[in-house]
Amino acid sequence: MTHLTLDQKSIIKIRKSAKNIASVVDDFVQIHSTTSIERAVLRLYGVDGVDLSGVPLPNKLVDILQTKGKLESGASYHFAASMLESKRDAKTTAELIDQGKISFGESSSFSVEQILKQEQVLTNFAINTLDNTRKRKLDKQKQFPLPEAPWKYLIVATGNIYEDRVQADAAVRSGADVIAVIRSTAQSLLDYVPYGATKEGFGGTFATQENFKIMRQALDKSMQTHGRYVSLVNYSSGLCMAEIAASAAIEDLDMLLNDSMYGILFRDINMQRTFIDQYFSRLICARANIIINTGEDNYLTTADAIEGAHTVTASQLINEAMGKVAMLTDEQMGLGHAFEIDPQVENGFLLELAHASLAKALFPNSPLKYMPPTKHKSTDVFYSHVLDAMFNLASITTKQGIHLAGILTEAIHTPFMQDRAKALNNINYIFNTAKNLGDEIEFKKGGLIEQRAGQVLKEVVAFLSDIENVGLMKAISQGKFANIKREIKAGKGLDGVFKKGPNYSNPIIEAIKNNRSCS
Amino acid sequence: MSEQMIKPYGDTFDDGQVQLSFTLPVEIGARATKAAIKYTESLNFKDVAVVHSSKLADNFTCFVVYAKGIPSLNYKNIEATEVESTQMDYYEINSLIKTKLNRQMVVVGATIGSDAHTVGIDAIMNMKGYNGDYGLERYPEIQAFNLGSQVTAEKLLAKSLEVKADAILVSQTVTQKDSHIRNFTEFVELLEAENIRDKFLLVAGGPRINNDLAIELGYNAGFGAGTTPNQVAAFIICKLLNI
Repeated sequence: MTHLTLDQKSIIKIRKSAKNIASVVDDFVQIHSTTSIERAVLRLYGVDGVDLSGVPLPNKLVDILQTKGKLESGASYHFAASMLESKRDAKTTAELIDQGKISFGESSSFSVEQILKQEQVLTNFAINTLDNTRKRKLDKQKQFPLPEAPWKYLIVATGNIYEDRVQADAAVRSGADVIAVIRSTAQSLLDYVPYGATKEGFGGTFATQENFKIMRQALDKSMQTHGRYVSLVNYSSGLCMAEIAASAAIEDLDMLLNDSMYGILFRDINMQRTFIDQYFSRLICARANIIINTGEDNYLTTADAIEGAHTVTASQLINEAMGKVAMLTDEQMGLGHAFEIDPQVENGFLLELAHASLAKALFPNSPLKYMPPTKHKSTDVFYSHVLDAMFNLASITTKQGIHLAGILTEAIHTPFMQDRAKALNNINYIFNTAKNLGDEIEFKKGGLIEQRAGQVLKEVVAFLSDIENVGLMKAISQGKFANIKREIKAGKGLDGVFKKGPNYSNPIIEAIKNNRSCS
Repeated sequence: MSEQMIKPYGDTFDDGQVQLSFTLPVEIGARATKAAIKYTESLNFKDVAVVHSSKLADNFTCFVVYAKGIPSLNYKNIEATEVESTQMDYYEINSLIKTKLNRQMVVVGATIGSDAHTVGIDAIMNMKGYNGDYGLERYPEIQAFNLGSQVTAEKLLAKSLEVKADAILVSQTVTQKDSHIRNFTEFVELLEAENIRDKFLLVAGGPRINNDLAIELGYNAGFGAGTTPNQVAAFIICKLLNI
């Protein structure tokens, strides 16, 4: 297959830098938790539902602990104590706590041993939930095989989950392998997960556990009609990374957008909050076998795709290193990049092949997430269709993993149903007609493509070593990524970050980290 | 006034040829094709040819249709405005601000409402600019504040007041069910409610915007797809200096 000769010493060096960068962040992450993580723990213990005014019970419970100054010990232990008191299931216990009928976060009449035992029962329930979704998905894939990569990834976004079902089935009929229900804009800034099925959204559909379930059922039906596995994607980003990961695991989602820096840079979410939340959300993904999709493509929407190419690779390496800390395997890391080189650049396609091949060479076992042109998409839909065709060709030639469909009208509106079908026809044609092109061609030694890949690699070495020296948090505050500066103590969600107290307990983390079986 | 009658041009004057593509919520088949023809005829087309139909999903069929438009239009009766400003480059604009305005020109920009796309506002404001033309941030004589996307109308106004903006750039890129019109309107209404509409030059931008629409919505100008930063900067400085 298309092979680049790269300097192996540089590759060893950048992996080492990335590992050190991730390790410094991890030292910080390990001694902190967040309100969102504690809510995710409660969700995995079985807490669900909302109060009469629509506030999710996980939020209400964590708020109680916060008000009482008991959050530093985490939600797990206190909730186990309340379960013993209520002698009911987790959901009912949460309702009783909310109604003030049983205590939460107070000293318990039960012994520490009893409470720890109950906590173990809850942890087993949580881990079994994660193990069961993994098993259910594998069973389905035995019956309906996973298609060959690149997987064709289509977004639906009507705002109405029931209408999304229709559009998703239409996309699967046209060849889509992966359906993402894009979220209502600004959901990432909500510090709670909305509840129930929703019919109205803004530029997307709210991510709720019920909506996950509705779409999963619809795709299971499409799977039977079309005889191949269809993956479901949502967004574990923003202020509720960990909770979305928990809900997604419960409802058998296959992929989640989950980047270590996206929220910080593009949504102005506090970086401490993001790094801590990201860790727990990735642990959940690792155990539930959810492929994460990282967001490097976004850098190139603000920075130039040629000048900023090395920041994409650097971020992929950082995402990978942090992913490994959180137990993700190579196969679970859909590292991102994008086809964003200005179409007016001479030989831009060759440079693009260099960038895409470099990503493939560095992460051969990861399902790389390749994003279509957006910045240079034209309102001339015919031109845009051709731009997407070149993107499709680059993707099949360099064997990318997850191929986000570029759509001819995306610079104008949320695509129509027919626009998606045209986009898929384009992909189907090119993926088929050039299927093994990448196996047949070699890049010229010392030619433009190989030189370009070597150049980017060289820039990555310098860039990562720079970040390693100042530390990632400081590097972000200096605007090293995407030309955007974010302060360590600024941004949304910092108020939900807390230092773990001496009695802090989150046995789910321990179980996943130690790969403990709970069946 | 003499007439200048026009019709769409395919390959011969006045053939009226138009290419359409649309989806009908019906199952593919002869009846669906007939429906597509009848529907196109009801839009005032003749010689309708459904050249392609494909099934998108159960009960959804997409068509490509060629047809001849029946009406002609007198072009003499059509009036439209373009943003009026002198063509100037980066250096001329900077020098004009420096010598005539005698202070930095302040511009605040944002994509408002739920639209998450910064591509339009970035093309005009980011250092790098668009299509080889430097963005406003690069102008030494312009103080440019790009607030990014999903900015509320209130926040955009607050920032504009805080930095005493001369002009506010409001961008809407991707729209769903005409949300861009609602967002543009909401911002003007906010300024009017606060009685400060005259404090700023208001510029609308995005692929669905043209100057007429922008003016109708209460803006001073509107710029569509393909606009370069110098066109926007030239408009603002000319308007400020009344030239």
